[in-house]
Amino acid sequence: MSRSRTPVIAGWFTGEGDDFRLLGTRCSACASVFFPREDICCRNPACPGGELREVPLSRRGRVWSYTDGRYRPPSPYVSDPELPWEPYALIAVELAAERLVVLGQTVPGVTVADLTVGMEVEVVPGVLHEDAETTWTTWHWRPTGVAT
Amino acid sequence: MTGEVAVLGAGMHPWGKWGRSFVEYGTVAARAALDDAGVDWREVGSIVGADTVRGGYPGYVAGATFAKALGWQGARVTSVYAACASGAQAVGTARAQILGGLADVVLVVGADSAPKGFFRPAGGERPDDPDWLRFRVLGATNPTYFGLYARRRMAVHGDTPEDFARVKVKNSALGALNPYARYRKRVTAEEVASSAVVADPLRLLDICATSDGGAALVLSSMEFARRRGVTEPVRIRAVSTVTPRYPNTMLDLPDIATDSAVAVESAAETFRESIARAAYEEAGIGPDDLSLAEVYDLSTALELQWYEDLGLCGEGEAAKLLRDGVTALGGRIPVNVSGGLASFGEAVPAQAIAQVCELVRQLRGAAGDRQVAGAHVGISANQGLFGHGSAVIAVR
Repeated sequence: MSRSRTPVIAGWFTGEGDDFRLLGTRCSACASVFFPREDICCRNPACPGGELREVPLSRRGRVWSYTDGRYRPPSPYVSDPELPWEPYALIAVELAAERLVVLGQTVPGVTVADLTVGMEVEVVPGVLHEDAETTWTTWHWRPTGVAT
Repeated sequence: MTGEVAVLGAGMHPWGKWGRSFVEYGTVAARAALDDAGVDWREVGSIVGADTVRGGYPGYVAGATFAKALGWQGARVTSVYAACASGAQAVGTARAQILGGLADVVLVVGADSAPKGFFRPAGGERPDDPDWLRFRVLGATNPTYFGLYARRRMAVHGDTPEDFARVKVKNSALGALNPYARYRKRVTAEEVASSAVVADPLRLLDICATSDGGAALVLSSMEFARRRGVTEPVRIRAVSTVTPRYPNTMLDLPDIATDSAVAVESAAETFRESIARAAYEEAGIGPDDLSLAEVYDLSTALELQWYEDLGLCGEGEAAKLLRDGVTALGGRIPVNVSGGLASFGEAVPAQAIAQVCELVRQLRGAAGDRQVAGAHVGISANQGLFGHGSAVIAVR
């Protein structure tokens, strides 16, 4: 049985493999970048207000900080209560070109012991969870020194 | 200067996990504050409730809920919600009403009944809510954000898990002396180090619990206090409830990303620093004038962050300040002599009010074994979700 692949949130990322990118928006007037995407109006209070256009974010950034979740998060996070909880790491990544920090889970298998502040990481496609019909896709951060 | 209001009374319901309605905790606290003030509830011209999102509709209209529980008497009613800063916004609202001449005496009440385990967002499929999104997409609980901040401090300032544990040791020793605290047992550094990791590098005993509790204040005009023969009341001199400034480049709860600094350079001061500065400016004082501080130690590492944000020391110097005993009872600037959130756990809409209750007790010289000698200026500070934060300065 094949499941359909559906982004957990529409419009936040696109592409496969090396073409995978987070999607934000950029203001045509002041060049501010927004992630998650801002589609209503530019939030720079000094900006006269431009058009917000979709823009792919840098693939690579550096670890601003990291942590992990040793206990099962509550709903709406989806996890199988029948299975033992598997902790995963979370990384806050600083993107130099956009000058913002984006949070994300690491690829499976990378733990806090593998991470340091300042380490280079890249964004890769990931799976958040699967149910009978759907594979819910997301973004993951992967240290650039680590192969899949 | 904006002008001062008098604190006539402070009251609390003990923090705990009592499993009863927030209405009961708030009503008990309100009656205690009225008793403390020597004010009859029917004299109160306005009631301001700090809302809870966990009590259903009555929680969203907390002011009216408490007014009804105390017995309808026709007072003006206001209910405010500002996440963890709700209680301080309630104080700020009461102060504005008094200074604006809309009421002589205002009762401020906040109470919560907390669930077991992690706080979680409201139910349903709500992708337009950043709080829902961070749980749905990342499973990012509040402690994971605290873990990020703690790790960042370790990397940038060289703080250690032992420094963090020292905060818990200090606060638990003070909480042991506070009858309103939920945790009354002294904790050792070894106990912190052997507690389970919740969000690396933070352990269970580094992170504040979620609690039931209620706190209330009776505020009045200085003129009303004089008429009552209260010649030297504790006065509230500043209530800071400022918002961040764009771009906010600190990853704040519940956001998945920061603002971008690509078009506008970020301000030299962080949001938390601006909260404190606004309070200092309004009060016409500085950090050197403080006798004590009550800060929002959602985690042990966050207490250290507040030392720097309040200007008690320079950036990166907080762990040294703690190690030198400066923030302990008997030190130059004792912090969280109530025991802090480490000893209380967080009862969201009550917590910022409880912080002011502690300032009141200390400034009155009525804090017993926890008394800061000669206390005459106190500050409370906190930060909550969605760009909320507060600081209150009280003097006597």
